Amino acid sequence: MIRFVPRERTPAWLTAAVSVGAAFAALMLTAVALAISGAPIFAAFALMAEGAAGSGFALAETLTRATPLIFTGLAAAVAFRARLWNIGAEGQLYAGALAAVAIGSGAIAAPPAVLVPLVLLGAALAGAALLLVPVLFKMRFGADEVVVTLLTNFIVLLFVQMMLEGPMKDDMALGWPQSSPMLDEATLPKLVEGLRLHAGLVLALVVAVVLHVVLSRTVWGFRIRAVGENARAARYAGLPVGLAMALVGAISGGLAGLAGASEVAGLKGYLTSDLSPGFGYAGIVVATLANLSPLGVVPAAIFVAGVFVGADSMSRAIGVSSYLADLVVALALLSVLVGGLLTRFRLVLVRREAA
Amino acid sequence: MEHDHRPLVLSLSGITKRFGPLTANDAIDLDVRAGEIVALLGENGAGKTTLMSILFGHYVADEGSIHVADAQGLLAPLPGGSAQAALKAGIGMVHQHFALAENLTGFENIVLGTVPLWRLGLHSRTARAKVERLIDESGLQTDLDVPVGRLSVGEQQRVEIIKALYRDVRVLILDEPTAVLTPQEAEGLFATVRLLAARGLAVIFISHKLHEVLALCERVVVLRAGAKVADRPSAGTDRASLAELMVGRPMPVRQRAASTPGNAVLRLVDVDVGRSGERDRLQRASLEVREGEIVGIAGVSGNGQGALAALVAGLAAPVAGTVEIAWQKVRGADPAGRIAAGVGRIPEDRHRDGTIGALSVAENFVLETVAAHQNQRGGFLRRAAIRARAKAAIRAYDVRCPGPDAAIRALSGGNMQKVVLARVLESGPRLILAHQPTRGLDIGATIDVHRRLLAAKARGAGVLLISEDLDELFALADRIAVMHAGEVSDALDAATLDVRTVGLMMAGHRAGEAA
Amino acid sequence: MWAALDILLQANFWAAAIRIGTPLIFGVLGALLCERAGVLNLGIEGIFVAGAMSGWLAVYLGAPLWGGVAVAALTGAGFGLLHGLLTVPLGLSQHVTGIGITLLATSVTYFGYRVAFPNVSTPPRIEAFPPLDVPVLGDLPFIGPILAQQSAFTVLAFVCVGLVAFVLARTPLGLALRAVGDNPEAVEAQGLSVVMLRIGAVMAGSALMALGGAFLTLSAFNAFYFGMINGRGWVCIALTVFASWRPGKALAGALLFGALDAYQLRIQTIAGGTVPSQVFLMLPYIFSIAALVLVARRADYPRALMKPYFKGLR
Repeated sequence: MIRFVPRERTPAWLTAAVSVGAAFAALMLTAVALAISGAPIFAAFALMAEGAAGSGFALAETLTRATPLIFTGLAAAVAFRARLWNIGAEGQLYAGALAAVAIGSGAIAAPPAVLVPLVLLGAALAGAALLLVPVLFKMRFGADEVVVTLLTNFIVLLFVQMMLEGPMKDDMALGWPQSSPMLDEATLPKLVEGLRLHAGLVLALVVAVVLHVVLSRTVWGFRIRAVGENARAARYAGLPVGLAMALVGAISGGLAGLAGASEVAGLKGYLTSDLSPGFGYAGIVVATLANLSPLGVVPAAIFVAGVFVGADSMSRAIGVSSYLADLVVALALLSVLVGGLLTRFRLVLVRREAA
Repeated sequence: MEHDHRPLVLSLSGITKRFGPLTANDAIDLDVRAGEIVALLGENGAGKTTLMSILFGHYVADEGSIHVADAQGLLAPLPGGSAQAALKAGIGMVHQHFALAENLTGFENIVLGTVPLWRLGLHSRTARAKVERLIDESGLQTDLDVPVGRLSVGEQQRVEIIKALYRDVRVLILDEPTAVLTPQEAEGLFATVRLLAARGLAVIFISHKLHEVLALCERVVVLRAGAKVADRPSAGTDRASLAELMVGRPMPVRQRAASTPGNAVLRLVDVDVGRSGERDRLQRASLEVREGEIVGIAGVSGNGQGALAALVAGLAAPVAGTVEIAWQKVRGADPAGRIAAGVGRIPEDRHRDGTIGALSVAENFVLETVAAHQNQRGGFLRRAAIRARAKAAIRAYDVRCPGPDAAIRALSGGNMQKVVLARVLESGPRLILAHQPTRGLDIGATIDVHRRLLAAKARGAGVLLISEDLDELFALADRIAVMHAGEVSDALDAATLDVRTVGLMMAGHRAGEAA
Repeated sequence: MWAALDILLQANFWAAAIRIGTPLIFGVLGALLCERAGVLNLGIEGIFVAGAMSGWLAVYLGAPLWGGVAVAALTGAGFGLLHGLLTVPLGLSQHVTGIGITLLATSVTYFGYRVAFPNVSTPPRIEAFPPLDVPVLGDLPFIGPILAQQSAFTVLAFVCVGLVAFVLARTPLGLALRAVGDNPEAVEAQGLSVVMLRIGAVMAGSALMALGGAFLTLSAFNAFYFGMINGRGWVCIALTVFASWRPGKALAGALLFGALDAYQLRIQTIAGGTVPSQVFLMLPYIFSIAALVLVARRADYPRALMKPYFKGLR
């Protein structure tokens, strides 16, 4: 029989090793699925690796895909740290994208130095506002935020479709439900000529570092951690629990909103209702893989993005469904959860005999 | 000891249990005979609970063996690690924290697990008859058909005991059963236990209250630091020698410093807290705590102490009446405001309310003052300054820990409480709320907490001490008030009160009637 | 205005209400079984998907309809076993594990579907459960047409409500399940296994959830579509709170929800053109949130819900 003995301290290498080990375990388990489906396992993995990082172009694609995942991963990490179960990053992403388009596709004419920050700010505010509603419901009525944020995702997506078929529809788009394009002044600059990589990545990296500093070095970061670890004791100690929770909600929703703005203003140039192939949900996986550390979110997002980009390319080459990527990601999440036990406990073998 | 003719029902030999470097039980032998009431005495952490958990199958012993008499009276080995086996062998345990499902009725709790799970009905009629017969025989009256959550603590305990008797136990373990009872209720429990023992039930009575052990038990087994240090008949022994055995050194004689109280730092006039229908609430409570005195609040828990503590700590707002803290009227529920007004708060549950387990000792030390200028500059934590002051506090309060950066959850209860005390006392509070400040601490840590509270009083702070431990109240308090059903009695000079009077007041009698 | 009220008098409307409510009956029953034992199962959305696909696939491959139902239930129980193992003995976060189960069940299902049907554009169809042919009752006015649009699978949902209600209220097993969701120590102290009870409840509950999915592919429709679950699982989690974890109220809540959904579909055709259709499609989700917010304050959550229990840690 195995007993869990709590650890007093977790070495940093172990946390990292568990994340890497979980990613590896997920790939191994996926191999089983591949084998069952009759696909060539090694060829499929090799093609995935090549598609994700086999060339400068592939790497740039992976980083492009990682950009929204860093934002949604940070959104989940900061919320989960405070035990705010925001599963609504998908909806907040769309709210941000909608705000970005509303501001950046012609409503305001201004030079890029004004318009780009305005677009980003608007998107962040929209995402924040969307999450503050469930936070309010939770604090005011005790309504579980998991269900509310989940259901809100569906409402927001329907709202986006409604706007795209109605007031925000681009009449030049030949009947396709899509928004008017972003103005050039509202577009995030490309990082390298000829690649899709855009300034959203730089912004995401800066935000990750800032969030790390805020959480570990500032009074409000301290309050957020305290509230997350033990809200009762935080309230007893006179910390502003409600404000801290609202702040976390605003930050988390805002980050998810930025993911939407970054996709619209940096990559697509306009909004469609299939902007996100589940970036919001994948953000939960990213945050968990990163053990909720803002800096850890960056490599975790790059890994998950690599899996998606690699699987797409593999799928095109040998026809194995790209849903394989979702499988890898789901298995990685469960593996890292199980692996996380190793960071919190030491496993001790106990003899089980008659006493 | 002369030869005992009663048959042996339980025999533990050489039980050893280690948790890492800690030896919780060290080669313990224990024999119990039918009809015998044996006390298992020891401080918190002496190994009583571990030993009983092994007996009851929650833990598996590293060494040693357990034998239990079967129906024919023959000793048979008990397989470890299985509560099911212990139950089957006729061992029953009434836990300190009741193992009752509050959404089930008393009857449902009693029959839970006694019928094969896949059976279709609950076979109530025969079961019902047996439960009612047991109630008649033992006198353990309780309502069987309301959800247990609605019963009083005393009634819940009765359900727990019937639950054990229903399984035809031959050995009944009572773990700190009087902690939640008034002295009078405890007397009733003792009568029942004596009755059951007279019918041949063997009882193991776990306690750290010496007078109860001497009053009830015929034999006393003392554990200290995991080892058995005494096993003797209780006739011919006394409190002082048992205490010494328990602690391992003579007990220091406490003396109360004379008090010269000043102005009232806490004044309640006709205060209501909570809604009617809630069990833990305050009703027209009036109370004064003055500078330089300790006012003790006695009472069975759940009679409004929680509401009083919440009010003073700032978690609850008064619904009616006036509350003054440090000469300022208080209206809202505002923990930060109370702290600013000079209230130092020691919560009842240090794990739940007092500390944040995942944060470090230093972070917990500055939990209440993180926004103060000495801890931050421009919103950024002054981490070096915080660590330095935490280090100083660790030294001053003798906190045993790896350092200021260690997660506080790794600390023992006593050391955790020292961090809470350091946080409270460093701010130089005018009023100290100490809610069960020594619960679960060993004697060393308890003495330390008492010393600090007395020192704070000598410095001029007013102390509101809420405790279920009458010994503690009589040792520390200058005046004692009793809470019952949300009402607070007048606070009377502790020197004029005795345990019997306070006990009657705890059961709802007025001071006049009681005296 | 009259048109809006007239809907309530149409047998068609009530038939639709039951048809839409039936998968939710299964889902809410499943969720309440898990939660009564103390385990939140957010795998529900994915288990719906997996149940819908596996049940349908079994029938497509030649199994009888009830065989498909059994396959769906077993699939659900399998994911329930995984969720149970991770959250009960290992004590992992029920929130995150549940989301993980949903992601896993959904991706396995979609991947499996693509493996089985690499190149189909229109989803293959099966012969679904036929409408009920009830003697006597079927000939009644109003009631008859409503019944004629239901299938034996619908009857199974109503039977399950009774069964779960009976087990919870009247059997030793139900007693133990209710107890383990309130105070696992009480169960352990009576010699029962907390781990076995909880895992068993999660498996049974997940099997019911999977039946909710299978109802869609074996009775309501006759094919499997991507995205066909579309949040139905999450709705069930909200309705479980609304139903205060009681089977009878679960039935009422699911049917009420079905009626609201059927009503908005009909209003949509009346008001179509003036109001965008998305507004109506949002309504069920808004109802669910409103229901949750309304009852949350008073909700009597199982005391041990989401609290992992470790033997010997007291």
